[in-house]
Amino acid sequence: MSLTRSQHEPLIDVRALERTFDVRRRVEGRRRRVRDSVLAVHDLTFTVAAGEMVGYIGPNGAGKSTTIKMLTGILVPTGGQVRVAGLDPSRDRVELARRIGVVFGQRSTLWWDLPLRDSFDLLQKMYRIPPARYRDNLDRFVDLLDLGGQLDTPVRQLSLGQRMRGDITAALLHDPEVLYLDEPTIGLDVVSKGRLREFLRALNDERGTTLLLTTHDLQDIEALCDRVIVIDHGTSVYDGPLAGLHAQGGSSRMLVVDLVDEAPPIEVPGATVRRVEGPRQWLSFPADASAAPVVAAVAASYDVADLSIQEPAIEDVIRELYSRDA
Amino acid sequence: MLHVAVATRAFRRYSTYRAATLAGIFTNSVFGIIYSYAYLALWKANPTAGGYDAQDAVTYVWLGQALLMTIALWGGGTTDDLAERVRTGDVAIDLYRPVGLVGWYLASDLGRAAYHLLTRGVGPTVIGFVVFDISLPSSPLTALAFAISLVLAVVVSFAIRFLVACTSFWLLDQSGVKVMSGAFAIFFSGMMLPLVLFPGWLGTLAQALPWASYVQVPADVWLGKHTGSDLVAALGFQVVWAVVLLAACQGVLRLATRKVVVQGG
Repeated sequence: MSLTRSQHEPLIDVRALERTFDVRRRVEGRRRRVRDSVLAVHDLTFTVAAGEMVGYIGPNGAGKSTTIKMLTGILVPTGGQVRVAGLDPSRDRVELARRIGVVFGQRSTLWWDLPLRDSFDLLQKMYRIPPARYRDNLDRFVDLLDLGGQLDTPVRQLSLGQRMRGDITAALLHDPEVLYLDEPTIGLDVVSKGRLREFLRALNDERGTTLLLTTHDLQDIEALCDRVIVIDHGTSVYDGPLAGLHAQGGSSRMLVVDLVDEAPPIEVPGATVRRVEGPRQWLSFPADASAAPVVAAVAASYDVADLSIQEPAIEDVIRELYSRDA
Repeated sequence: MLHVAVATRAFRRYSTYRAATLAGIFTNSVFGIIYSYAYLALWKANPTAGGYDAQDAVTYVWLGQALLMTIALWGGGTTDDLAERVRTGDVAIDLYRPVGLVGWYLASDLGRAAYHLLTRGVGPTVIGFVVFDISLPSSPLTALAFAISLVLAVVVSFAIRFLVACTSFWLLDQSGVKVMSGAFAIFFSGMMLPLVLFPGWLGTLAQALPWASYVQVPADVWLGKHTGSDLVAALGFQVVWAVVLLAACQGVLRLATRKVVVQGG
């Protein structure tokens, strides 16, 4: 924990953040390329408290990576403010680097030609991790991530899953306060994904490491994050608990009713019939409403053989959010 | 500690290419022999050209061959890794680390240079000594001064190669600039022809440019052409260029990370 920051101050504090890029493009009939300014991120405000696990999602090109680059200090904002752990990332990039960890699904921070162990040793020197602490951490992560057999294998010979686990270990050896994960489960099989999520959850439980996760795999979010920030066209379109996304997205749940006999569409307050197939009918009702009155109303006026409720897929909810904004 | 580890790692990495190393020593030696006969013919016509005698001239040839890879005269070395990482966007990872890029790549390049010195440097020197009886440093002090001059040569060459690699932040690819810079290096380092033979203002200019640090200055130190305060001035010349160019590396890097977008999401 930092001494420069009080307990109540958020770990990540983003205010009215803005980043524009100058793009030159060719215009027909003109000799010179025209300069255009593109708003990659604008009016972005959010805070993350220490110990939170936040999903940061949005379609390709929404500004996710741009935000992460500004949070880590490798890109300078063109407007607004960022503070991470009490530091100004672009000004104090090297100082901040000691306190954060970064994992990319598609890039490796390990050295291609070195055995995993040598990569870790280099990192120990780079982050000046006390030897005892380093050994503890290494033993623990190697054990949890089941990397014992791979320590002497050159990174280029590791499987994607092994490399990913190696990368996560590499990002955590220096006990970072924040871990940024960019598509950490991309390309992994179901078992590896599950193990990785389990590990991240345990990490957050035990060490209180703050996680900021960008992903297209919404199962990552469902498994890990209590809170999601949805970004689209460079600004936040939703910030809140995962459950609230449903209401925000105007999504609905589906009550599937199996009647004893075929019947005309059911009429009950608060729900609408979407589909009828023989004795089976699909009734939709708002995702944030309780299912109980709808079920009661149906059961009161019809002979019901069976009932089930389908939760809305979060993919659909988010797709809804994106398309509404566009 | 970290930088020693980085240098050691680079040394080991380069040492895995044994066959290439042997082929390289062979090539250096062939060129050494060809240049030696050409220079011998030249110095037969003019036995005191540039203040060198025939043995100085032949020694100069073999030192040039020995320095060629050690200082990575044509470009390349670990700065090529940087250019490639800028091109692919992996440089973002380097920037996430709590360590300066210039120091990191310099350490790595010194490790590489150490390997090339022990192989591509010592190999041709031994052959030159056996076949052409090249002269050796006349005193331990001269040898020490040469060692210092050699390290400075690597640092100056590194800084120029680093600047060239940094152009890929803007141009996305360093190769055009690298070819151009390599051509300058070959001409102005004294690799093709000792700078002491350059006439008039061209000679003065060539001896003031940073590339003089590559071959001309270390060779003159080896040959004992600089003594006393002159020796200090020669090494000082290299130090000044090393400091100025490393500062330029820092400046350009800062500019690059401020103004330029790191490639890729």
